Amino acid sequence: MGILKLFLRNAFRHKLRTGLTILGITIAILAFGMLRTMVNAWYAGVEASSANRLVIRNAISLVFPLPLAYKDRIRQVSGVTLVSWGNWFGGVYIEEKNFFPNFAVEPRSFLALYPEYLIPDLQRATFLSDRKGAVVGRKTAERFGWKVGDTVTLKGTIFPGNWEFTIRGIYRGKDRSVDETQFFFHWEYLDETMKKTAPRRAGQVGYYMIGIANPNLAGEVSAAVDATFKNSLAETLTETEKAFQMGFVSMTEAILIAIQLVSVVIIVIIMAVVANTMAMTARERIGEYAVFKTLGFGGWFIAGLVFGESLFISLLGTAVGIGLTFPAAEAFADYLGAYFPIFFVETETILMGLAAGALVGVVAALFPTWRAVNIRIADGLRRIG
Amino acid sequence: MSDPTSPTSICDEHGPAPALEHQPVIVAVRNVSKSYRRGSHVIPVLREIEFDIREGEFLALMGPSGSGKSTLLNLIAGIDKADSGSIVVGGVDITALDETELARWRATHVGFIFQFYNLIPVLTAFENVELPLQLTGLTRAQRREHVETALRVVNLAHRMDHYPSQLSGGEQQRVAIARAVVTDPTILVADEPTGDLDRASAREIMALMCRLSRESGKTIIMVTHDPKAAEAAQVILRLDKGVLNHGHP
Repeated sequence: MGILKLFLRNAFRHKLRTGLTILGITIAILAFGMLRTMVNAWYAGVEASSANRLVIRNAISLVFPLPLAYKDRIRQVSGVTLVSWGNWFGGVYIEEKNFFPNFAVEPRSFLALYPEYLIPDLQRATFLSDRKGAVVGRKTAERFGWKVGDTVTLKGTIFPGNWEFTIRGIYRGKDRSVDETQFFFHWEYLDETMKKTAPRRAGQVGYYMIGIANPNLAGEVSAAVDATFKNSLAETLTETEKAFQMGFVSMTEAILIAIQLVSVVIIVIIMAVVANTMAMTARERIGEYAVFKTLGFGGWFIAGLVFGESLFISLLGTAVGIGLTFPAAEAFADYLGAYFPIFFVETETILMGLAAGALVGVVAALFPTWRAVNIRIADGLRRIG
Repeated sequence: MSDPTSPTSICDEHGPAPALEHQPVIVAVRNVSKSYRRGSHVIPVLREIEFDIREGEFLALMGPSGSGKSTLLNLIAGIDKADSGSIVVGGVDITALDETELARWRATHVGFIFQFYNLIPVLTAFENVELPLQLTGLTRAQRREHVETALRVVNLAHRMDHYPSQLSGGEQQRVAIARAVVTDPTILVADEPTGDLDRASAREIMALMCRLSRESGKTIIMVTHDPKAAEAAQVILRLDKGVLNHGHP
């Protein structure tokens, strides 16, 4: 009969109380995991960005275009290896609730710049040779039941009209951090249509994406690009892809900080709940601890009993909470995948949940342990009866 | 101090009381005083107590509530500290030991029997009796052997897998006695061992303690209010307001 057996039996002496405490920890860890995953999803674009890519946009605002003519001058800047360009298309499939990100891109340079989008060779070749062809991410294809060869019509919001595309490829991400909800088509298709319907908007791109040879020189290359177009009609602002993505995230940073704070507050609350449970437990068992001391058991044994029970309850609740975080995150991703395209539970979140659970167990046991270890035997025995 | 010619008692069923005059002194209490502090008040509980207990003696401590008998028992058992004086048990001056040494000493030299049994409710009778043996170097098989023997002594071998809640008060106290004797301690201390029992169970417990005294030669120090229980003892010490009055049954 070891200490392990003893604290395990002690843990279930008050089944309802222990059960409710475990339930509380489970819910807290689940909420913690979901909130952290949500924050991570927000930063997913930032995390997935490459150090080898820079984004060039109009210095005034992203909504103002840049001339296509810049591409050759950008290519001449030292350190630039590849130039691609595109436009946010903002098309709607049937109705607005079917949102997914869609872009007009220069396909060859785009696919060269984004090796993390994996497309079968045959589909890639067909896409490149079809000006009305499009490539769509696996998740969006699954969401709408699209297959290669299907015709899809998007209603233009920024570029008016009904735009018809043929799905020529379905891409998968190289890893889980790659957004699999996007939709790409030929920029040329957009430009040619604009030439016919709105000639003043033709020859304009929303942004340039450039590849650079050395990420350590990103600052110098950015400065060189911006210097090239200084005092022109459309001055540029060049930044790393990460900084560009962070620009979007920072608009909602206050909300993210609030979510992170809430996730910490949840852990503090459950810590207080478990501490209360352990304090009640230790108070009820003071007489028993006195008996153990009477029989010759030392302070370490008593501390082991209290800490063991507290850690067991906390870690059991944590394990169940972490176990439930995965299906909950999956359900959340299914329901709100359009807004959180990369929503998965990261290993770091699991480790933080485990650390939080262990911390709750340890902190909750501190005071009860101190009391149990320091009680005078005669006083403890007086509590019995 | 010890008087082997005690009158007829429940213990006489278990043979004559052993002659104690030639037995060595196992507990020597010298000039022991103890007081408690309540705020700014100092309340004296024991005043200059002095007596001996011989090996194999069955001694009862009696006295009204608040007379200090349980405090005296706690001091002899090493679970409380005297303010002054010395207590030597089996040649060891326990007043000179620190907390850790005292804990180690209690584990091997003292068997405890409490009024409310104080069994651990989540452990079976077997596991409760095994508890003190956890602190010894005995193997699992040796511990099992000792526990089974102790439970046979108290006639509860057949209930070893039962939890305290599945046992009557008398049975629980017998398990507590088995736990007290399983390490073969130098002294057994019992604080109101029949205080929570009905008359029949109390008689059973006292008979058991007599057996331990007469047949196994155990030194027993018992605090009791119950004159019937005290009759089993060879020597009765009476405490009143912390002062000792020697007497015989």
